[in-house]
Amino acid sequence: MVLREDDAGVSVHPRQFPTNRGGLCQKGWTAAELLDHPERLTTPLVRDPATGTLRPASWDAALDRVVTGIRAIQNDAGPDAVAVFGGGGLTNEKAYALGKFARIGLRTRHIDYNGRFCMSSAAAAGMRAFGIDRGLPFPLADLGRADTLLLVGANPAETMPPLVRWLTEQRANGGQLIVVDPRVTATARQADLHLQPLPGTDLAVANALLHIALTEGWVDREYVAERTAGFEAVRRSVAAWWPARAEQISGVPVADLEATARALGTGGRVIILTARGAEQHAKGVDTVSAYVNLALALGLPGRAGSGYGCLTGQGNGQGGREHGQKADQLPGYRRIDDPAAREHVAGVWGVPADELPGPGVPAYQLLDSLGTPDGPRALLVFGSNPVVSAPRAGRIERRLRDLDLLVVADLMLSETAALADVVLPTAQWAEEDGTMTNLEGRVLRRRALRPPPPGVRTDLAIIADLAARLAPDAAAATDAAARFPADPATVFAELRRASAGGAADYAGISWARIDAADGVYWPCPTEEGSDTPRLFTDRFATPDGRARFHPVDHRPAAEEVCAAYPLHFTTGRVLAQYQSGTQTRRVAALRRAAAEAFVELHPDLAGRLGIDDGDPVRVTSRRGEFSAPARLSAGIRPDTVFAPFHYAGAGRANSVTNDAVDPISGMPEFKICAVRVEKA
Amino acid sequence: MTARVVIVGNGMAGARLAGELHAREGDRKVTVLGAEPHRAYNRILLSTLLAGRVDEPDIELTEAAGHGIDLRTGVPVAAIDRAAREVRTDDGERISYDHLVLATGARAVLPPLPGLDPANLPERVVPFRTLDDCRRILAAAAGARSALVLGGGLLGLEAARGLAIRGLTTTVVHPRGHLMERQLDPAAGAVLAGTLADLGVTIQLAVPATGVAADATGVRLDLADGRTLHADLLLLSCGVRPDTALAQAAGLTVRRGVVVDDQLRTDDRSISAIGDCAEHDGVLTGLVAPAWAQARVLADVLTGSDPLARYRPRPVVTRLKAAGIDLASMGDAVGGGPGEELTFTDPTRGTYARLRIRDERLVGAILLGDNPAVGTVIQLFDRGHPVPTDRRALLLGRALGTAGAAPAASPALMPDAATVCQCNTVSKGALVRSWRSGARTVDAVVAATRAGTGCGGCRDAVGGIVDWLSQAEAVEVTR
Repeated sequence: MVLREDDAGVSVHPRQFPTNRGGLCQKGWTAAELLDHPERLTTPLVRDPATGTLRPASWDAALDRVVTGIRAIQNDAGPDAVAVFGGGGLTNEKAYALGKFARIGLRTRHIDYNGRFCMSSAAAAGMRAFGIDRGLPFPLADLGRADTLLLVGANPAETMPPLVRWLTEQRANGGQLIVVDPRVTATARQADLHLQPLPGTDLAVANALLHIALTEGWVDREYVAERTAGFEAVRRSVAAWWPARAEQISGVPVADLEATARALGTGGRVIILTARGAEQHAKGVDTVSAYVNLALALGLPGRAGSGYGCLTGQGNGQGGREHGQKADQLPGYRRIDDPAAREHVAGVWGVPADELPGPGVPAYQLLDSLGTPDGPRALLVFGSNPVVSAPRAGRIERRLRDLDLLVVADLMLSETAALADVVLPTAQWAEEDGTMTNLEGRVLRRRALRPPPPGVRTDLAIIADLAARLAPDAAAATDAAARFPADPATVFAELRRASAGGAADYAGISWARIDAADGVYWPCPTEEGSDTPRLFTDRFATPDGRARFHPVDHRPAAEEVCAAYPLHFTTGRVLAQYQSGTQTRRVAALRRAAAEAFVELHPDLAGRLGIDDGDPVRVTSRRGEFSAPARLSAGIRPDTVFAPFHYAGAGRANSVTNDAVDPISGMPEFKICAVRVEKA
Repeated sequence: MTARVVIVGNGMAGARLAGELHAREGDRKVTVLGAEPHRAYNRILLSTLLAGRVDEPDIELTEAAGHGIDLRTGVPVAAIDRAAREVRTDDGERISYDHLVLATGARAVLPPLPGLDPANLPERVVPFRTLDDCRRILAAAAGARSALVLGGGLLGLEAARGLAIRGLTTTVVHPRGHLMERQLDPAAGAVLAGTLADLGVTIQLAVPATGVAADATGVRLDLADGRTLHADLLLLSCGVRPDTALAQAAGLTVRRGVVVDDQLRTDDRSISAIGDCAEHDGVLTGLVAPAWAQARVLADVLTGSDPLARYRPRPVVTRLKAAGIDLASMGDAVGGGPGEELTFTDPTRGTYARLRIRDERLVGAILLGDNPAVGTVIQLFDRGHPVPTDRRALLLGRALGTAGAAPAASPALMPDAATVCQCNTVSKGALVRSWRSGARTVDAVVAATRAGTGCGGCRDAVGGIVDWLSQAEAVEVTR
């Protein structure tokens, strides 16, 4: 989008960019409203020990409070007693600086971010199959030319409306759109075929699709032999997934499984995409692997116009997971336990490699350890609101309250900021330069329209301030100031060097080059050389260049329904809200469009429960409860209820969600748990 | 915890149990003795193999290996020595067990027909049960042009469809009045026979066979009505019988199958039985789902991961799935008794549905042909969930009631509050207001309201409203 500022204020204008083609949803159109929003924080807040309330404070006072607190806690309990929590909305520069600040500023191993709740399952499955994790290994425009497009647990019509323009083009070109979703979503309504499985059974569906592809002879044996490894084990495991077995588990009719397999197996250009519906499970990695297996068996990845990809969930969901705010990761998508990676990054940072801490723990585990005897006692939060967005949120809220020091950098007083000891007001998207990397692995520029208002600092400036103040003496402070520049261009230049040679190699990407083209696709190792719009055309990013199959089996949800909690509960987004709603719940037009939480349930279920449309209902799980008005819809299975997760307080859906996590990715099981529903 | 587990049988049940044990914690030695020489394979796929749609490697199953699993194929067991807690193989080897599991499966029943010596079957007469049977059928089918299938049950029909796909002229001979009489009512059987006929399989009903004669050139099947059928190949699919010989010889209680309790134990506490050879609560399973459920329970009990686990049979769903045939049968679909009954028949298109409902629950169903709700019906039956208030949903599936509101025929009939653009929450009223404020083209209306700037899906609707407003220009726009 393009912003203009005049006497009337800042206005948003769509931009004809190759990804959105001029499309904007209501969230984009109204985004400028937040710049001069009356609730915007313009001064730091510090909790008054006497009254227990947050009071305005000077930056000096606020930063001193933070630094004093960190010092005391680290002196007492060691560097790991301080933790950092980042966000997938931060620019690449900020994500990079935050990871660096945690490792060599705070010297803690404890940093992770809310992208763990978003992209981590697809990332892990992509890494183990392809040796690299880029949401789409091909330009988005390929969607418009696909003969068959399978969307698994994706609802772009409500989560990413401009993307639907590609789906419209795809169908206008005669392509077939197949959507897998437990609800008849706005996206599913546009599909040629909609599979409506029970939540948590996408893996069984995928294995049955591959089973059918095998029995129908649609497996690309030549591709499998030349470009992959490990097919035998997968072939044997899916031999046990005859379609009727998956039908009984998922509820998807065999005929629909067959029609889907046929469209995938006999189409020319075929794309399979997963999103949170398939990924936010305690078996999320295996579920994605099942679809990757299917794609590999059909010979899709690396074939022109075909492939597997995942749809990113946050503004910088891709770049945010590449530059070191993940517990196990260093910039350039390097592993923190890889000696060569440590050596390289430590060299760029000017510290000995053995001074870098080791891997931390994934987001939920980190949040759940806060304030416990062995867990961190201080937490610094940037660009995240876990009180609303974490699973089993009531418990996480208690953990945050148990901290000795909670510091939150945000632009509004989010529910998490409201619990903080120190709140630091930060700049918004239109007030800072930087880069974001979109789902295509395309690095894009964000340009500042105007400076932040007085009293507000950028995240980079806050990190620089903290690093300097944490230094033990003047010399060290000078040193820290050099290490943590507040200027994003300087940070990006360093990010390029740190990422050089890594999987997500930005070495050849300059801001000027991004400006000259419509973004630059990583990997892009040299300024002279080309970037990489399409991955995998010749080889995969594995040591031998072959993609890896992984045999995976369906398993039940971490929590199954029972007599006391007889219904499946699943969560998702609505069009007019975004994530924890810290921003969108404060925009008048969006509030009008989607003011409050609701509980979507089937009229038959509602009838049995004596619930009418609009009645207040209570949803209860073993972990908590929330209340919201009932919204009756024949588009949801009668055994499943749905609520959006954007809302706080009594309508907080995450009060009931399950904190079981995927053993590989650490992804919590947001998408299915057992509840009971009653009239409130 | 049990240290040495010996599993006799490497079929669908035995191999599954080995996998279940393998997946659980603990040190134990598991020996699997498979009589067949092959890797574990998926018996369900044999008819697909028969159809030539997959090759033998494609029906292999994942085998638990290593980590204390000793898999030995081609090792038939001759006897059980309960006193010594040993099994003796055909080769005379003795293998000790702390716990023995019989997963010996079932054998094909050979009909007592003149000319048919079970000990010495002619080359062109083959039962249909094992991979070796399948190989023999395929050998006999090579160069053959026609086949007879004796037995119109589930397996016989799947096999017949497979042979027809291979290009053989195939005839099914069934002694009963309609096909699959255990799962279907006569009406469904008739629709199924019609579907099969369309797929090139001829059905001869209500006629027992009376004799078989085979030589190097062909097979002759004599029928009770005096007719004689000739073909290049005769496939026998006349049911199966639990293989209980070892259990019987060892003195275990055997009725139709090896009798087991809720923990799958025989009357010897050191011996269990699962799968087709086992009889639980008077019932033989004969299907994969219950066999796998038994394997899971037994693994829980043997490893101590859930020592109190009990096998609880679930209602059985029978699914015939062959190219061009879609049939599901479950519960008591044909019995009488109180309750509601829904039926739908469209023989021309091969569709038949019969559902029986009592106390808002499905007690049985037959769904044949194109029934979009089949997945829903199976889940409702399997889980005992209440049926939809509008029973038609059981026949029409998601086609019913889930489509979005139908677009109003004319914008004039659309209420002002109706949302035209979801992405930007723009109502018809807002579009009309923009028109009144001077926007006179689609682009101008879009610029004023942002309708159509998100996913773009409502562009046509916005265009329609602008057209309507243009035409109504002369008329007062009142709404």
